[in-house]
Amino acid sequence: MGKALIEKIMSSHGGEDCRAGDVVWIDIDNRTARDFAGASVVGNLEKYGGDSPIAERSKTFFTFDCNVPANTIPYANNQQRIRIFARKNDLKVYDVDAGIGSHVVIEEKFAKPGTTTVGTDSHLNIMGSVGAFGQGMGDVDIAYAFKTGKVWFEVPESVKVTLDGMPAAGTEAKDIALAMLRRFSSHELLGKSVEIYGKWVEDASLEDCVTLSSLATEMGAIIALIPPNDNVLDFFGITRNEAVYADPDTVYLEDYSLDIEGLEPQIAAPPSPANVFPVSEKTDVKVDGVFIGSCTNGTYQDLRYAAELLRGRTVAPGVMLKVVPATRKTWAMLLDEGLLKDIFDAGGIVSNAGCGGCASGQIGMTGEGEVQISTSNRNFKGKQGRGNTYLAGIGTAVASAVLGRIASVHELKEVR
Amino acid sequence: MPRELILKGRLWILMENENLFSDIDTDMIYHNAHLAVTEIDEMGQYAFGNLEGYKDFADKAQPSDIILAGDNFGSGSSRQHAVDCFKALGVQAVIARSFGAIYKRNAINSGFPIIELPGLPDNLFNQHDQAELNLESGTLSAGDNRYQGNLMSEVARDIYLAGGLFQYAERM
Ligand code: SF4
Repeated sequence: MGKALIEKIMSSHGGEDCRAGDVVWIDIDNRTARDFAGASVVGNLEKYGGDSPIAERSKTFFTFDCNVPANTIPYANNQQRIRIFARKNDLKVYDVDAGIGSHVVIEEKFAKPGTTTVGTDSHLNIMGSVGAFGQGMGDVDIAYAFKTGKVWFEVPESVKVTLDGMPAAGTEAKDIALAMLRRFSSHELLGKSVEIYGKWVEDASLEDCVTLSSLATEMGAIIALIPPNDNVLDFFGITRNEAVYADPDTVYLEDYSLDIEGLEPQIAAPPSPANVFPVSEKTDVKVDGVFIGSCTNGTYQDLRYAAELLRGRTVAPGVMLKVVPATRKTWAMLLDEGLLKDIFDAGGIVSNAGCGGCASGQIGMTGEGEVQISTSNRNFKGKQGRGNTYLAGIGTAVASAVLGRIASVHELKEVR
Repeated sequence: MPRELILKGRLWILMENENLFSDIDTDMIYHNAHLAVTEIDEMGQYAFGNLEGYKDFADKAQPSDIILAGDNFGSGSSRQHAVDCFKALGVQAVIARSFGAIYKRNAINSGFPIIELPGLPDNLFNQHDQAELNLESGTLSAGDNRYQGNLMSEVARDIYLAGGLFQYAERM
């Protein structure tokens, strides 16, 4: 019987001939910690790390993205503690200017197809977008990975999801991710490695793959792996032979298919990412704020699309539009191409690269009763303040900002 | 600290309406407003500070309590605080029908016992029952009621017995 993609990656990283259910020690190619929990990683290493707390310096680094630059003293203290530790141990810090760590790891081409990455970010399974293993872990695990280059892992069962058909024009990767959440909720894929197939993923851009994989955490899955397509291979400058794929005769625990033919834009209403509706059913909800960014929808492709939709239009009176590019590189491209001006002129607020509204209110929280449309990945109660957060793609976010109520991108065409 | 395999304590059953509380995410367990805290002792006060109906948990919890929840406990972020806040209060263990994957390993790695009881009926146990949790056999019992959960994996058990991942590694 063939091996699933995750079994192949883990087998090639010290797990020998492992199968689902085996508990194996795997070698980690990229070991990261962010400003959140990074200080606790340092604390663990100071306590237990001994004289040589780092296994391989070139594979080990910090990425500051949660609270950048720090806007609370405790966060500033934590970041500084990390910097001092990093200097002492000659480790690289992608500091407060760099952007979201998971995106930096891909942008720098550290997370090639078939590699392994861990860090203190629960969305590091975003590496599934390039057919690589990534996993967020707590500070004990990550300190251990820094010290030894290994973590233990229970090889998860694999399921296969085939997306049948092609969505309607104007439907984005995010809408497909939300459709998966609607179908599987937060339980059905719990603890599974999910491999995603179908025509849509074969053609998807790297950025689309990132968006789709980033919602694996909300689905409760260990990871959503997308077998590297030509776009992804081109980005890394490698061939199919250099990437890793599941064996064709793999038998999956479940073999699902999800019909996305003609799929229209979707939106997740509070209080959970799995509470998904077609956007067209929610168009009577008035909107106070819109957040565009995050590890789910903060790439250059996403923000270029937002800028194009905003060009020549304006945000509805009384609506805040907050835009946060995922990385400094994204920021630079938007700047060079004048796209930031489109966003600015439309009435948007553009912040420095990072997680933005997600982690601790870097660009503001929501107040009681405030309705926010967010392109990020979580809308649990209290997560982004006291308000009500809806999750949607770029088109829905922009259309809602312009119309002042939940709206799909199709409605935008009529507005100038 | 001795690493017992049989834990005795008071059950703290988390209910939502008539059902075991499911999908308790890490922001409900330990809100992101307090993430910059790095001292474990300071974390206890925030436990369940954002969980509807249980915001006063930290005041009412007693050392040796055992928390019982529904499905998917600890989904969400990778914050270790969501485990450490219970340790700070002296809570002995968390048991649930199922756990978020990251939460599960955070607990195991810090030597904090968790047991999964898949399919546990909502009302088999009563609030504040004196219960016995057998980590060896994976059973929870209180009075005449008993439920067989999953066994801990060998790695989890060994890490627990060692007192945490680093302590375990020292013995390898
Ligand atoms: S954008 Fe939000 S979900 Fe993504 S890594 Fe940052 S804090 Fe986490």
